[in-house]
Amino acid sequence: MQERPIHSAQAADIMVEFPMGSDLKKVINMCANNYLGLSSHPDVIKAAHEGLDSRGYGMSSVRFICGTQDIHKELEAKVTKFLGTEDTILFPSCMDANAGVFEAILTGEDVMISDRLVHASIIDGMRLCAALHDTFKHSDMAHLEEKLILHADKRLKVVITDGVFSMDGDTAKLDEMVALCEKYDAMLFVDESHSSGFIGKTGRGTHEKCGVVGKIDIITTTFGKALGGASGGCVSGRKELVEMCRQKARPYLFSNTIAPVVVSGVNVVLDILSKSTERRDKLEKNTEFWRKGLTEAGFVLKEGDTPIVPVMLFNAKLSQDFSKALYEEGVYAIGFFFPVVPQGQARIRTQVSAGHEIHHLEKALEAFIKVGKKFDILGKTKQEIIAMYGN
Amino acid sequence: MAEMKDIVLQYVINEYLEDEDEVLSYDSPLISGGIVDSFSMVSLKRFLENKYKISIPDDKATPEAFDTVNKICTLVNEYLK
Repeated sequence: MQERPIHSAQAADIMVEFPMGSDLKKVINMCANNYLGLSSHPDVIKAAHEGLDSRGYGMSSVRFICGTQDIHKELEAKVTKFLGTEDTILFPSCMDANAGVFEAILTGEDVMISDRLVHASIIDGMRLCAALHDTFKHSDMAHLEEKLILHADKRLKVVITDGVFSMDGDTAKLDEMVALCEKYDAMLFVDESHSSGFIGKTGRGTHEKCGVVGKIDIITTTFGKALGGASGGCVSGRKELVEMCRQKARPYLFSNTIAPVVVSGVNVVLDILSKSTERRDKLEKNTEFWRKGLTEAGFVLKEGDTPIVPVMLFNAKLSQDFSKALYEEGVYAIGFFFPVVPQGQARIRTQVSAGHEIHHLEKALEAFIKVGKKFDILGKTKQEIIAMYGN
Repeated sequence: MAEMKDIVLQYVINEYLEDEDEVLSYDSPLISGGIVDSFSMVSLKRFLENKYKISIPDDKATPEAFDTVNKICTLVNEYLK
């Protein structure tokens, strides 16, 4: 892995130094989690300035000593309302939320049953918890039901999934999962980091898209992606579970929370998103344009309708060579390969933003087609690409 | 023993293999070969305990003892006695 320093604000067009020491190059960013284009939105920047001026730079304390400001409580209330839950607790990051939540609410008498493609931070959180851990095949509801039956004797059962899966861009079947959890008396945990702000009719997340708002026991999400992109995360859900996190979750208890400047920015992000769906609507249109363009050009894509659009190349070296060639054409998109994705599933993960204009996507599409022709993969099937490059 | 091997092998194939073309034998390395991860071992242990009405102590359910179908069946047989 090699970092590529950006010498500009996060946006559709960025100035990148790559390789290190080379001249800066203006490229179109197709790999940021800046789904709503709010990372450099003027209203968010203004709010952050005002927060810095009125509430200072740092808290120099954890929450329960003297590290809670009025704006932290304001943000917790806004997130609760936005997600349609009962209560919310902030964490320094969603990684910390996922690291702390399971240990806070479960014991060795319980079981966690997770989708096999959940995010690494959830896996780390489960490792820190004494409860038994089992898995079910990705999005396989019959397999999940088998596991719920297998672990029927456990005190508490928690089914764990991402809302939108970060590498494949597909959406969890939350309506079916809610029904199974009700049938087998289990709780449902959903990480909405790649959903909050833009999935669902008003951007509340996967639970809105699946028609199960108010039926998810625990939601974790991040403010480091669509919701301004700075940092911070939270656990939101049933009041008693949030209270258990407030009393027992170690990343909450033993580290400073989100800095005032960031909290001020996220508060305004939620105001923007609560007033209008304009940005998530634009993102939806941009995603349709991008998926259609890549499909018509003959690329193999992972199916879905989210702004995460994986262009499948299958071979690790090809994914790296393809990424480099795109960069030369003025497009910044990263190749992923094992162990970040399963063996033989190497890809370029593209991510669409409401910050993109159609001219950005047209230019990026031209670059993809040019590079696709160079490697002779356009119109080729998975088997044909593997036959040419291996997997 | 032969019947048990087939039952365990079939469970592993159904439970863990994503690629239908992949072939497993009684001696295929399951844990060290990356087919079964440490988390997923839990369901295998519970399956064996439920199926054969035994209790395998956690300290005996090691990655080494679960690494092949043959080794798993040897372990199960210890607790069937």
